[in-house]
This record gives sequence, C-alpha cells and structure tokens, in this order.
Amino acid sequence: MNARRTTFHPKWHRERMPIFWWLRKWNYTKFITRELTSFAVGYAALFFLAQIACAARGEESWSRLQAWLRTPAVLAFHGIALLFLLIHSVTWLNLAPRALSMRLGGRRVPSGAVLAGHYAAWLLASAAVAWVLVGTGR
Amino acid sequence: MKRSREPFFWALFSSGGMLAALVLPALLFLTALAGPLGWVTIRGVGEFREIVHSPLARLVSFVLVFLSLFHWAHRFRYTLYDGLQLYHLNALIATVCYGGASALTLAAAWVLWLAG
Amino acid sequence: MAETVTLEVQRYRPETEGEPTWERFEVPCQPEWMVLDVLNYVKDQVDGTLSYRWACRMGVCGSCGMTVNGEPALTCATYLRDLPRGPVRVAPLAHFPVIRDLVVDVTDFVDKLARVKPWIIRKEDKPLSEGEYLQTPDELERYKQLSMCINCALCYSACPIYPLEPEFVGPAAIALAQRYNLDNRDQGASEREEILSSQDGVWCCTFVGECSVVCPKHVDPAGAIQRHKVTSTIEWFKSALLPWRKR
Repeated sequence: MNARRTTFHPKWHRERMPIFWWLRKWNYTKFITRELTSFAVGYAALFFLAQIACAARGEESWSRLQAWLRTPAVLAFHGIALLFLLIHSVTWLNLAPRALSMRLGGRRVPSGAVLAGHYAAWLLASAAVAWVLVGTGR
Repeated sequence: MKRSREPFFWALFSSGGMLAALVLPALLFLTALAGPLGWVTIRGVGEFREIVHSPLARLVSFVLVFLSLFHWAHRFRYTLYDGLQLYHLNALIATVCYGGASALTLAAAWVLWLAG
Repeated sequence: MAETVTLEVQRYRPETEGEPTWERFEVPCQPEWMVLDVLNYVKDQVDGTLSYRWACRMGVCGSCGMTVNGEPALTCATYLRDLPRGPVRVAPLAHFPVIRDLVVDVTDFVDKLARVKPWIIRKEDKPLSEGEYLQTPDELERYKQLSMCINCALCYSACPIYPLEPEFVGPAAIALAQRYNLDNRDQGASEREEILSSQDGVWCCTFVGECSVVCPKHVDPAGAIQRHKVTSTIEWFKSALLPWRKR
C-alpha cells in the first residue's frame, strides 16, 4: 500500500501546507530570514563593484559617490544591509562545523575547535580587508 | 539516470557563502558606514586606482563578485521555490536567478577589465 | 488532592466526519506523568475509541510520535511538567496522512528507508575462515551517532521541505544511508549514491535544521545531509574533471 498512489483515498485526512508556512513557527521564520540575507550578500558585492567603477572613472565620480553615501537615507539603508550581512556571517559560520567532519591524525576535530577556527578566519579576513582599505594609518 | 547538475551550483553557493561571510561585512562596514561617517580614513581614490590596476586585485574582486552573485542566485531560487511554493515555475525561476547572476557577472568582468 | 490537566486532542473519525475535530478532556494526573500517560488514562477510563500508537513507553521504539503543542514529540518522552501551564494540545504527527484520530500512515517514510539500502553491502564477503570484520572505536565513532535513529519520523514532521516536496527522501533516510556509508565494513556507497544525489535526495534540503532540533536521539540528520552534500560535490567535480578515473 503506497501512500502516494492513494492521493484521492476518501478517508485519510491530509493537511495542506499553507503558503505562509514560514510564518507559523518561529524557527521557520528565522530560517526564511536567514535565507533572505542572500540579498545583502548580492547587494554588498554589487556595491563593491560600483565603487571600483566609480574609482576607475575618476575623482569627480568618486566624490559624488562619497557624497551620496553620506546622505542619512543611504546610511540607514547600509546599516540595515550590514545587519543582514552580519546575520548571514554569524548563521553561516555557526552552521559550517556541522557540514564539515574534519579529521586530524585519525581523530575527529571537536566542533568547538572548528567553530573557533572559522571565527578566527573571519577576524583575519576582516583585518586583511581593513588593511587594504585603510592602510596602516597615517 | 541523468547526473544531477546541483553539485555545481551548490559548490558556487557554498564557496560564495563562505567568502561573503568572511569578507563582505568588513568591506561594507568600512566603505559604506565607517568611511562616510568619518570613523576611519579610507584610502584616497588615487590609491584605489593604483590597487585596482593590479591584475591580481581585479581577479580577486571578480571572484568575490562572481561567487557572491551565484550564492544569492542559488539561495533565492530555493527561497522562492519553497517559500512561495512556486514549483511549477521552476525553470523560469532558475533561469531568472542564474541568468541574472550570469549577466551581472559579465558586467562585473567588463567593469573590472576596463578598470585596468 | 489530584492535579488535573486539560487535554485537547484532535479526533478524526472518517466514518462519521469529513474533517478533524478537537475534543477536550479533564484528566486527573500525577506530577511525573508523560503525555502518553494522559492519553492512556483517557483511553482506559473515558473514551476507549481514542486511537493512537505507542509501545515501549521509554523512548526507544519510535512508535508514539505525535504533535504536542505544535511541535513533533514522542508522547512517552514528553513530561507534563516540561510543558507550559494550560491545555496540552495533541494532534497527529504532521506531514503524514491521518488514518484515524492520532494514527498516521507512515508507509512513505518506511518506503524511503528501504530505498537507501540500510544494511551492510559488501562487494565480496569475507570467508568465515578470515574471522570477523574488525572495527576500532574510532571507526565506530564515525557513524555511531547516526546509528541511534529509532525511526520515529519526528524529523519528517519537523522538516518543512518534506510536505512541500513529497518525493524528498528525507532526513532519517539520508542519515541512515550515511550511517552505512561511513561504516568501514560497508562497501555500498556507490549503490546508495543514485538516490542520495538525485534531485529528491540531499539536494532538496536547504538546511532548515528543524529535523535535528526535534530528534529525540540527537542523530543530527541535518548535519549528515550537509556532509553528504560536500562528499557528493567533491565526487561530482572529480568525475567531471577526471573522467578517466576509475570509481
């Protein structure tokens, strides 16, 4: 007896999944929010590209960009974008150890160590980015 | 049985997600908030043009943009698919997401090529 | 002075009703009771027609999975004192067709378990004269967590993808396949690969992670699925870039 082939079985009751199933349970809502952080990732990448394009075009283009960035609405927007980007990073790094099963010298590396390694990498990468953007200070 | 093409897109999604998680927050924070608000002094445009001239810098930038875009594409595709139960539009959604990411990646390549 | 708990239970009597209904019972209870004890009281003393499954009453057989206060749970492992004050709502295990009251049809789940070939597969059996298959504690540790699955199907009930894509093989089946893939005595990974790497296999999963949250045995099927995605992807690239490689 195969449940799939009895789709129109008259007596079994089947609940339909509502369109907004992800609003029904807090964990599902958290999940969808986490997934929507992909927009922050896409935007941040394109914003980075736009900055390069402006820099390549010259001083004037760059100044206009900087002025636009200082407007309150844009600052607020980027604040929110950064928040979503941070949610992406934190949720991603927290989940990464579960997808990896690292073995070193025959023994499994504890997930706490893998997690710490990921956060250390985040710190290092951020420092590298800061060095590229800011230099070593004047 | 036809070999699923999913591993390819998943590889782009996961490497993009990791790279984005490590690099993008600092990048956005410094260039869109700390810099404009005057908390730090970002390098001047002249210095950036110098950096952008280097092929290595442009390659790294391209990889970052390419993987981030495909990370978005893969994730958004599944969010639409499951979040709004749009299975009947699977082909359309896949085309829009990966197609959009591909188009933007080409635009990125063009911008970065010209910046050299 | 006995305490009472209000049980709100979903009834479904297909011979008389087209839709499920809710029924309330006031049940005298003891402080150490489980939800199962409340159901048993109702069945024994109040309404013998209440239908539900249970067996071991100690959380090892996987029979008594139901939806308790909106979450998938084993009724024999859910203490009343761990639930918030107020009525205890018991409904059938979500995402499965309801046959009657709290009894669901799990044929789909059982079918999928069988499809992943959950047994040791050998290309060649060792002759008896060579003795047992040896396994060190480290080798056991690689898959032991996954072997704890009691086939209770709570993970299918927690997974939002399963009801949306009914062909999805599902968390327990994939975790079980991994249990054998990671067992050093098994040589059947390639036989399981077709179902695991198909569109209904690991690639349906978007790492919601609810399956691992509700698993009463802490199997972490979500982690097992992600790890298989990594394995599958590496294999895919190897066969794409090195097609002459012998599997």
